[in-house]
Amino acid sequence: MNKLYNNRLRTLLMLLPALILFCGVLIAPILTSVYFSAFDWNGIGARTFVGFSNYKELFTSDSIGFLKALGNALLLAALSVAIQIPLALGMALVLGKGIKGERLFLAIFFMPVLISSVVIGQLWVKVYNPEYGILNVLLRAVGLENWTRIWLGDVNTALGAVLVPMLWQYVGYHMLLLYAGVKAVPTELREAAIVDGASDAQINRYIVLPYIRPILRTSVIFAITGSLKSFDLIYVLTNGGPFHTTEVPSTLMINMLFLRNRYGMGSAIAVMMIVLCFGFALLIHAVFREED
Amino acid sequence: MRNTGKPVRVLIYIGLVAWALINLFPIYWMFTFSLKDNAEIFGENVAGLPQHWLWSNYATALKSGKMGLYFLNSGIVAVATILITLALALLATFALTRMVWKRQHAVNRFFMLGLTIPIHASIVPVYVTLSRLHLLNTYWALIIPYAAFSLSMAILVCTGFMNKIPREMDESACIDGCGTWGIFFRIIVPLMRPAVATVGIYTFLQCWNELMFANVFISRTALKTLPVGIQALSGQYTTAWGPIGAALVLSTFPTLFIYFFLSKKIQESFIAGAVKG
Repeated sequence: MNKLYNNRLRTLLMLLPALILFCGVLIAPILTSVYFSAFDWNGIGARTFVGFSNYKELFTSDSIGFLKALGNALLLAALSVAIQIPLALGMALVLGKGIKGERLFLAIFFMPVLISSVVIGQLWVKVYNPEYGILNVLLRAVGLENWTRIWLGDVNTALGAVLVPMLWQYVGYHMLLLYAGVKAVPTELREAAIVDGASDAQINRYIVLPYIRPILRTSVIFAITGSLKSFDLIYVLTNGGPFHTTEVPSTLMINMLFLRNRYGMGSAIAVMMIVLCFGFALLIHAVFREED
Repeated sequence: MRNTGKPVRVLIYIGLVAWALINLFPIYWMFTFSLKDNAEIFGENVAGLPQHWLWSNYATALKSGKMGLYFLNSGIVAVATILITLALALLATFALTRMVWKRQHAVNRFFMLGLTIPIHASIVPVYVTLSRLHLLNTYWALIIPYAAFSLSMAILVCTGFMNKIPREMDESACIDGCGTWGIFFRIIVPLMRPAVATVGIYTFLQCWNELMFANVFISRTALKTLPVGIQALSGQYTTAWGPIGAALVLSTFPTLFIYFFLSKKIQESFIAGAVKG
């Protein structure tokens, strides 16, 4: 038995296909992105080494608008943590305690996560349609004609209009994670607290919340990194417009690459996104550890 | 719901039902306007059930909207990705959990890096490489990256399941004369069915909905997948919403169908991916 499993050649044969694919598509490209980001390159011609100047331009040039895009992503991240997670946590606590229709509510709340963002985006494009969209039709019907807007085309409303569906779509995801955590609280703990006369609020505060802290941390990390790399819904709804008001790093990156052929700059944005994602993940780990 | 007052309970239910309606409405709306004509969608009957069920919207979406083609492409890409992901993940997991060698844990952790790496991060080099290999505008341009990005999650799930298979199974197979490959193919793989289902469904959903790579690596209409195809179709039918609605329903149907029968399994797969991420 041990003889069978102590075979280097077979181990290597089993591992190699996955390792090659993983390194070839994930690991090597990250290193290559870092390398490309030090060049001025249109993707076809010769590469000119420019050192850190792509990064410098990224943070100083107004015409590129990276800081604006980053600001939007951070706003989304902040709103995710401030709105999505409390909402999800509330629902997870209520459902996780066990109520009538628990499974049905769970199934419905999680559904938007599974539906493609393109489909959801297309639906919201129609909700926001200035003439026939449900939102403006509704406003007109209740006599609020003045409130109607070209939601996705107006620089004052576009960002708000894309944030709503983005926040809405993933509430169910956080709820599911937190719900799984709440369900994992041992029933003996709960019962002991009930015997001791604890109220629901007290049980949640002193038993459930401490128990699900690791999942809460995961949830916060996902909310933030997910916001930093958000792409699909914005791409469908506004593609960063009007006048870059809804730009996020990933839409900016795609525009750099495939509209302006600035591969070095696009790579610099990609590198910034990885750095930010890992940076925030580490930061949140540290914050949660600090509080322990 | 013990020691909660009745008014509070009622309020909680009102909140839950309201949120459920907010989540269900877009889907209901999508189904209904996929069966309406412009006159109904744009005025007479914005949110009600269709007065005349206009199935021709679906015919339009399938024929001139090319939804059948996009559907097929998405299907091919998804199935190939799932098969490759599963094959590679099962083999790698066997090496990581059963074979005896040094650095198993380090390699396992290395694979888990993939759970945090954003798909966007690799787009430039992958694009350049695919272009040099003349793989842009082929199914492989999507299958290879999708499989690579699904690997971490697949290995994570497979490791959990494979560790639960008792070693005695391997030993008795060994006594019966099975070699390493025999144990892998005849004993382990058949017992991994639940993991295969979890990974398969999760990978399917990721492929089916992916937009960025599909948008960048494929420009030929004949190879477009659903998310990109829908974008094209919505540009083509800006004024007729019915066919767009039909296209949205067609592309969402497989997801909702699977979810209806396997909601618990799907939810578990999302939880599994999060616990380590």
